[in-house]
Amino acid sequence: MSSDLATAPAGPTAPAPQSGSRWRELLANWDTAIITLTVLVLIGASITNPDFGSSTNFTFLVLDLAPIFLIALPMTLIIVTGEIDLSVASTLGLSGAAMGWMWNNGFTIEMIVPMCILLGALLGALNGFLVAGLGLPSLAVTIGTLALFRGLAFVLLGDQAVSNFPRAYTSWVTGTVGDTPIPNLAIPLVILAVVFGVILQSTALGRNIYATGASATAAKFAGIDGNRIKFWLYVVAGAVAALAGVLWSLRYSSARADNGSGLELSVVAAVLLGGVSIFGGKGRLLGVLAAVVLLATLQNALRLEDISNEALTVVTGVLLIVAVLLPNVLKIVRTSSQRRKAIRAL
Amino acid sequence: MSITTDVSAPADPLKPVQKDGTSLVEKVLRMRSLGILAALIVLVAVTTAKNSGFLSSQSIRDLLLAASIVAVLVVGQTVVMITKNIDLSVGSILGLSAFAAGSVMHSSPDLPIVVGIFAGVAVGAVCGVVNAVLVRFGGVPALVVTLGTMYIFRGVAYFWAGGEQITADEMPGSFLDLGTASIVGIPVLVLIALVAIAVTGTYLGRYRSGRDLYAIGSNGQAAELAGIAVGRRTLAAFAFSGAMAGIAGVMFAARFGTVDAAAGTGYELNVIAACVVGGVAVVGGIGTIWGAALGALLLTTINSALPVLQIDQFWQQAIVGALILIAIAADRIAAVRAAQQLRKRSAHVE
Repeated sequence: MSSDLATAPAGPTAPAPQSGSRWRELLANWDTAIITLTVLVLIGASITNPDFGSSTNFTFLVLDLAPIFLIALPMTLIIVTGEIDLSVASTLGLSGAAMGWMWNNGFTIEMIVPMCILLGALLGALNGFLVAGLGLPSLAVTIGTLALFRGLAFVLLGDQAVSNFPRAYTSWVTGTVGDTPIPNLAIPLVILAVVFGVILQSTALGRNIYATGASATAAKFAGIDGNRIKFWLYVVAGAVAALAGVLWSLRYSSARADNGSGLELSVVAAVLLGGVSIFGGKGRLLGVLAAVVLLATLQNALRLEDISNEALTVVTGVLLIVAVLLPNVLKIVRTSSQRRKAIRAL
Repeated sequence: MSITTDVSAPADPLKPVQKDGTSLVEKVLRMRSLGILAALIVLVAVTTAKNSGFLSSQSIRDLLLAASIVAVLVVGQTVVMITKNIDLSVGSILGLSAFAAGSVMHSSPDLPIVVGIFAGVAVGAVCGVVNAVLVRFGGVPALVVTLGTMYIFRGVAYFWAGGEQITADEMPGSFLDLGTASIVGIPVLVLIALVAIAVTGTYLGRYRSGRDLYAIGSNGQAAELAGIAVGRRTLAAFAFSGAMAGIAGVMFAARFGTVDAAAGTGYELNVIAACVVGGVAVVGGIGTIWGAALGALLLTTINSALPVLQIDQFWQQAIVGALILIAIAADRIAAVRAAQQLRKRSAHVE
């Protein structure tokens, strides 16, 4: 399913001409490495702690990873175009606050949900306009909207929490499909992941996204309107973050202005850990989703072992740094071994 | 504000191109600081009109104390941002340093406070060097490295603290006095911030190696070709930012007296916000310490003016966000105008 461009990410590190370097090739393919690591952690956690494999725990695991999973989908696409969106968690918070406010003012959930998603799309459009329309640096713009959206959430709801959402909706979000341990929430997650994956990895639009991130100038000459793509990606990111905000409020039965504070950095960490280059043009959704699952599994497993969340903080940081440094280290190792070989051949 | 440039510039089109170009850039930069200063004055004037107590010496003192910790962080961040990098780990370094200083003073209260101060600053500097080495030799953008170390340093602080909290009664009074003491009426913490601002600002503006940082941020490759030690300067910038965050950590511990592992959580975004409002560009090569410090002062003043103006405290973050957006949009407009005028001017010459 991968196009030329989509496999390109492994390009600089993948070609290992020597024989017997298969492991290196595998490692260089970050997707494979991260998926293997995720599977190993899943197996390890199930063996060491019987509670981990329980169906209740599985449900909780999926519920816990849902917000980061959701937001990571559009974030991956945005980072592949070479931009970033730090305002997503604030969008989540503002959407939750708007939901609480509307509920307090007598709107029905059927009206609230689409309106929240529309609100998210509008917030995303503001980002998109500032970044793609005016050409402002996305890091600075989205730090600004991070503060602005979070501030508006507080203006809307203050430090109040709205929690009297109808049980039918809150229990759907926390519920499972029939008697299986699969949470209802997993269904939209999987559908959206497939949609985003197909778009990025096997459509012309996906190739244009990679091309824009690899070189905006070259893409422009190839007739790709990178700015239009970026604008719509921000709109989509806003809408998805707002959806995550609605689900967050329903899951915890609590719409608060500070819902999801700081989540933006976890999402960015997961995306980068998934092998997406912050420079743009490289990385695949599969690796990102594996990274999201990996981080959530580690957190869940460590919590079951009564190891603090703080340990996970360190693990996340170390994993992130190792992940981004590894290709460079491998490159150095390879060039030096090639040099040795060349010297020996003399 | 920008109208003056528009009117005055075409008024004498015979000036040499180059000279006008630089003066224009200077004008824009100066205008930015003037803009913040004007906003600050209006804010203070309006707030004082509402409540004359706002300009009482006590509340000015509180305001400056609150601004001083952020200002010290801003000094380090500005140096890093000028080199086209970013340091997301400053909040975590502050937390770790504050806890280091606090726990040294807590465990051996008989030691001179200099030891505690040194411990905090040293921890900050070490963190900064870790960032520096990873950025320099990792071949990875600073955003990613410092995002990683932000988690790591915070995690180390949590491990070290283990949920413990050091409270004011567990630290020697002489250390806490640092947070309240004054020299000739100016609080020591404010003096520290002023010295940091003055020394670093002068260094960036007047010294060759300081100017090099701007060259690195504007165009790293060109700077390299011009013989500037890009790697070494970048290393130094991150080490410096860490050390400043360490000093800020010590100031935090002395001022608040209560330190836990969560100290300074989320500061990184406030600090970057202050820099951006103060005219430091995230794309590198642009900005001054003076501007960034004014940005920090403006954000702190807004925070303390809101309750006086009886505006809901909840508006604060929204205002900060709007300010950042206005600031970067204003920069963009100024840059576009400057480019247009330069083009017009060179057309005249031809």
